[in-house]
Amino acid sequence: MRKKSLLVVTVLLVMALVAGCSGGQEATNEQSSEQAQQQEEELKVGIVLSSGGKGDKSFNDSALRGLSRAEEEGLISNYKYLEPKQVSVVEKNLRFLAENGYDLVIGVGFMQKDALTKVSKEFPDTNFAIVDEVVENDNVASITFKEHHGSFLTGAFAALMTNRDEIEGINEQQVVGFLGGMDMPLIHKFELGYTSGVEYINKTEGTNVKAKVAYAGSSPDAFNDPAKGKEIALAQYNAGADIIYHASGGTGGGLFNAAQKENHFAIGVDSDQDYIAPGFILTTMQKRVDNAVYDVVQSLKNDNFTAGVKEYGLEKEGIKVSLSGLAPMTKAALESGDITEEQADKIREMKEMIPSEIKDKIKKIRDKIIAGEIDVPNYLEQNN
Amino acid sequence: MEILEVLKQIFNLQTFSSTLRMATPLILAALGGIFSERSGVINIALEGMMLAGAFVAVVVSHFTASPWLGVVGAVIFSGLFALIHAVVSIEYHAKQVVSGVALNMLAAGGTVFLLNILFNTSGTSPSVNSLSYWGNFKPTVYLALVAVGITYYILFYTSFGLRVRSVGEHPHAADSLGISVKKIRYICVVTSGMLAGLGGAHMSVGTLDVFREGMTAGRGFIALAAMIFGKWHPVGALGASLLFGFFQALQIRLQGVLPIPGEFIQMIPYIFTVIALAGVIGKATPPQASGKPFKKGER
Repeated sequence: MRKKSLLVVTVLLVMALVAGCSGGQEATNEQSSEQAQQQEEELKVGIVLSSGGKGDKSFNDSALRGLSRAEEEGLISNYKYLEPKQVSVVEKNLRFLAENGYDLVIGVGFMQKDALTKVSKEFPDTNFAIVDEVVENDNVASITFKEHHGSFLTGAFAALMTNRDEIEGINEQQVVGFLGGMDMPLIHKFELGYTSGVEYINKTEGTNVKAKVAYAGSSPDAFNDPAKGKEIALAQYNAGADIIYHASGGTGGGLFNAAQKENHFAIGVDSDQDYIAPGFILTTMQKRVDNAVYDVVQSLKNDNFTAGVKEYGLEKEGIKVSLSGLAPMTKAALESGDITEEQADKIREMKEMIPSEIKDKIKKIRDKIIAGEIDVPNYLEQNN
Repeated sequence: MEILEVLKQIFNLQTFSSTLRMATPLILAALGGIFSERSGVINIALEGMMLAGAFVAVVVSHFTASPWLGVVGAVIFSGLFALIHAVVSIEYHAKQVVSGVALNMLAAGGTVFLLNILFNTSGTSPSVNSLSYWGNFKPTVYLALVAVGITYYILFYTSFGLRVRSVGEHPHAADSLGISVKKIRYICVVTSGMLAGLGGAHMSVGTLDVFREGMTAGRGFIALAAMIFGKWHPVGALGASLLFGFFQALQIRLQGVLPIPGEFIQMIPYIFTVIALAGVIGKATPPQASGKPFKKGER
């Protein structure tokens, strides 16, 4: 009897394990192995995604889009992606790619720092890249973004918009909101940039806009809790906010839901999110991970891959806050039929409703940030 | 002036609604836990059952365009999912905690795996039709409150309830009186899965309109705490869930207003739970036979 019960539990555990692992393995690019054999001289690129995996409509999708572009343009014949379900498997996944002769191994997300540091030392002849962190090895390119610059611009935009109560969806109160995911330094970098942007407008325009700030939690769960995100957004809307900017991964889904319910606005983050709730997401603070990943692949192809920090900012559109027209993910969603033409029109209308003076002011602020005339505080540097 | 502003932000209708909304999944899962544990089977797989329910609700709503069918599908599927736990722990006397852990892992991995197959994504599902409001709340909120009443009635005013409690306290005595311990436990574990599944459906097609990987974010375990803090009593669990929900709502509203970390406020209900477990505020005693497999003819 005892043995039998043990057996059953074992079988269950194995099932759970298989289900847990196969999520990543099943999803790898199926053609990759066949094609790789045919064209062995082509570059082999492998990428280890961050939590959320493929289809996060954010960071990972953006990185994958960069690789697809490289594939379409013939820089690489194909690429392989892995989706670790836990931080503890990241190291294994990175090593797997390095061992299997991938020329470039990319790690997405700050949580891969330790694993990538270790694995890149073990494989000195393989090129690595990490997104959102800095690893100081001779074979690692570190891609970082000036999120504080983008968030500053976003804060300035939200502060300017909240004063225009003639626009539908904007109330009389001068309050904007910020929804953070996990309470940690990287997200505080977004928050400080945003609130500084609001302050800047208060100083230059003589307004009195207040920013409400809330975090979903203090563990990585806080990036995956849309129900909590919705409650936080509702609380901020009820307290007078009409525009809420988020840096909270999947938790932001709750914000978009709340924006639709309360008929107010949200601002997306990382990868263009405007299409998720058409007409309710004013803009997205886009980190063009796709461009950055593409650049690394291209440098490798052209034999001028260099290690070190590559910081992307508002210049050359490494970071972008787009206030007119359709952004890349929205276009892709329209092409694939995820949103209808009517919904796309709603987004276009919304963007047209943004007063042109505001667009001009934002453009000027952007130029000033690039020129270094505005000093945007960086939380990570202040608190080191 | 300042204090008045703070109080105004805390004690208003919105805080109350927020409390109730956030307590709903906890109430439903805690009721599920009560059914299971009152019959003598520990169920730490509430988290996984909720997650499975949340997922199935979205899938069914996606393919049928009916969120109500999604809710029904979630309840049925989570019931079947709980059946695994029932068979393993009742039929084969396995360690119930181990089986529970396995189910949680199966749900966490399985939902992402199926998300990949069905929607070709592993993060967030596409938006689906969600339940429409009944007055101020989604229907599932009312269902949760009704479920508290029904559970209370069943457990304490029906002969079935008496059997459940006797099986959980002293299965051998119940057995000697001709009560089928197995049957009662099967029914209770499956019911617990159905309630947890309803809680999951409330989150995915009630509060929201999407499924997100790991979206239950530990609520199944918080529900377990609510069940313990509520002393395995439906009304107690309701109170505990509301308390937990209230502190969550409070934490959201007090962030940046008071100079204390939000985690501190969120911690308060758990401190109470630990104190309750330690026996300071009234003793929290689990059903006697909870966690012990029943073997006929053994002492």
